[in-house]
Amino acid sequence: MMRRIDPNLIAVLLGAGILWFLPAGFGNYGLYVMALWLVMAVAALGLNLTLGYAGQISLAQAAFLGIGAYATSLLTVSAGLPWWSALLVSGGLCFLVGILLGFPALRVQHHYLAFVTLAFATLVHLVARNEQWLTGGVYGFANIPRPSAFGVKLTGALDFYRFVLAVTLVLTLALWWLVRSPWGRAFQALRENPVRAASLGVDIRAYTLLAFAIGAAYGGFAGALYAPLVEFIDPGPFALSASLMLLLMVIVGGSGYFLGPFLGALVSIALPEWLRFTGGLYLILYAAVVIALLALCPQGLSGLMARGLAALRARRRPAPALDGERP
Amino acid sequence: MDQLLQLILSGLATGAIYALAAIGFTLVWQTSQVINFAQGEFVMLPAILVLAGTMGLGWPLWLAILVASALFLLVFGLGFKRIVVDPMIRHGVLPLAIATMALAILMKEGAKDAFSAEAHPFPALVPTGNLQLLGANVSLRDVSIVVVAVIVIVALQLFVTRTRLGRTMQATAQNPTVARILGVPVERMIALTFLINAGLAVVASFLVSPIYLAKFSNGEVIGLAAFIAAIVGGFNQVRGALVGGFVVGLVDNLAAAYVSTAYRTAVPLALLVLVILFKPEGLAGRKEERTV
Repeated sequence: MMRRIDPNLIAVLLGAGILWFLPAGFGNYGLYVMALWLVMAVAALGLNLTLGYAGQISLAQAAFLGIGAYATSLLTVSAGLPWWSALLVSGGLCFLVGILLGFPALRVQHHYLAFVTLAFATLVHLVARNEQWLTGGVYGFANIPRPSAFGVKLTGALDFYRFVLAVTLVLTLALWWLVRSPWGRAFQALRENPVRAASLGVDIRAYTLLAFAIGAAYGGFAGALYAPLVEFIDPGPFALSASLMLLLMVIVGGSGYFLGPFLGALVSIALPEWLRFTGGLYLILYAAVVIALLALCPQGLSGLMARGLAALRARRRPAPALDGERP
Repeated sequence: MDQLLQLILSGLATGAIYALAAIGFTLVWQTSQVINFAQGEFVMLPAILVLAGTMGLGWPLWLAILVASALFLLVFGLGFKRIVVDPMIRHGVLPLAIATMALAILMKEGAKDAFSAEAHPFPALVPTGNLQLLGANVSLRDVSIVVVAVIVIVALQLFVTRTRLGRTMQATAQNPTVARILGVPVERMIALTFLINAGLAVVASFLVSPIYLAKFSNGEVIGLAAFIAAIVGGFNQVRGALVGGFVVGLVDNLAAAYVSTAYRTAVPLALLVLVILFKPEGLAGRKEERTV
C-alpha cells in the first residue's frame, strides 16, 4: 500500500502558498497583524507540544517568548550579531532553561510543572522590569532593527511579513517532522497512555522533559521574530497573563491537533480587531466562550471541525469507515 | 528589635490570610481534583461585590456584606461546582484546570469593567490602631487578623474532625469510591467543600482588602501566594496549607524589609523551587503512594 501523504503537510504547504500571495493588498497594519498571528502561532505550536502531546501545563510560554525577544534585541543591537545567529541562540537558551526548569518539576507527579512555570513566568517579568541596565526596564528596548535575508533589507511591511512566513514555514515543517519521527511517536504514546508507554520502554520523564524543552525553544524562536516585528519591547507582553492567553490559544485551537495553534492564534489575535466595538468586554466574551468550548468540546475548534467532518462522512456513506488515526 | 517584631507580626497577619486561601484551595483539590487557578480572584471578588453594594447601590455596609457574601457563596460556591466543574470533570483534570484560568480572566475583567479599574479603600471590619505590648508598638489590626483567621481555621478543623458531617467529608476526600459504597452522598459532600472554599475566600477577602485596597487585579498576588503556600506546606494536607501560609507570609514580609522591595515576590518563589527540589511532599505534608 502506498503511504498516504499526511493531510497536515498538505495543509501547511498549501496554507503557506496562499498566505504568501494573500495580503498583497493589505495595508501596513493588516500586514502587521498577520505577521503577529504567525509569531504567536509559532509560540503556540511549541506550547501545543508541551500541553497537547506531553499533557503538561506550562504557564511560562510568554516568558520564553520574552527571553527570546530580549536575547535577540541584545544580540543584534548591543553585540551587532546577525539575526540568524540570534534566532539560534534564543531557541537554544530557552531549550536549556526549559531543561533546568522541567528537571526538578517533572520529578514529582501532579501538575507541578504548572506551578514551577507559574513561578518562573513571574520571575522573568520581575527581572525584565527591574534590571534596567540589561532590559531597559519599564522604558523598554527600542529601535530593534529588522534583519536582511540574502542581501535584501526587510524593512518594508510586506517583505518582513513574507520573511516571517518563510521562517514560520521552516519551523512548522521541522516540528511536523519531529512529531512524526520515532521521538514524536513516543510523545503521542505518552499522551494516549503513559502507563502503557512506560511499560513499552519509553522513558516518560525524559520524553516529557524533552517535549517541554522543545516547546520552550519554540517560544524563544517566536521571541526572536517578535522583537524585530514590533521593533520595541517592554516587559508588558511577557507577563503571566500573556502566558495564560497563549495557553488558551492552544486550547481554543485544539490541543494535540498539529495545526490547532494556528487556528487558536488566529482567533485570539484577529478577534480583538473585529470585536473592537465591544471595548473592554472582549476579554470577558473570550473567557466565557473558552469555558463553554471546554465544557462542550475540550478538543477545541479542530475537534469541532473533525466532529463535523465525521458527521458529514457518516451521512454520505452509511457504512462507517473507521479512521483509526487521530490527527 | 522593635521593627523585627512588627515585621513578624504583619508577616503572620498576611500569612493567616494566605493560609485561608490556601486551605480552600487544598480542600477543593482533595475532594474533586480541581486545581483552582482562580483562587486569587475568589479572594478579590467578595470585597468588590460589597463595594458595588455600598458605592453603587448606596446600601449600608452590613446589608452589602450580607448580600455580597450570600451571592458569592451561591455563585462561586455552588454555581462554580454546578456550572463549571460538573460538566467538565469527566474530561479530566487538565481541561478543568484551564477552565479555571479562563474563569480567573472572566472574574478579573468583569470586576474591572462592571465595577472599577481603580483601587478603592475598604472599611476595616476588625479593630485598628496601635497597642503597646512588651514595650513594642504593635498593630492591633495585625493581631486581630491573626485571631480571626485562627478562629476560622480551628472551627473548620473541629468541624472536619469532630462532627459526623465533617468526617464524612473527609472520607469523601480520602477515597470517594469507598465513601460512596458506605452510603456517603459524595456529590453533596463535594458541593459542601466548594461552599467552604467560597466561605474561606469571603473571610480572606474581607480581611485582606483593608490592607491592599480593593482592586480587580488583587487576585494575581494573592493567588500566587496561596499556590506557593499550598505547595510549600504540603498539597494534600489542610495543616500543610496552614503552615505554608504562615511561612510564605513571614518570608514575604521579611524579604521586603531585608532583601529588596523590587524582588520581594522572588523570595517565596525561590522557597517554592527549593521545596519542590528537596521535599516535594511539602514541609508538613505526607508522601503519596503512586496510583497507576
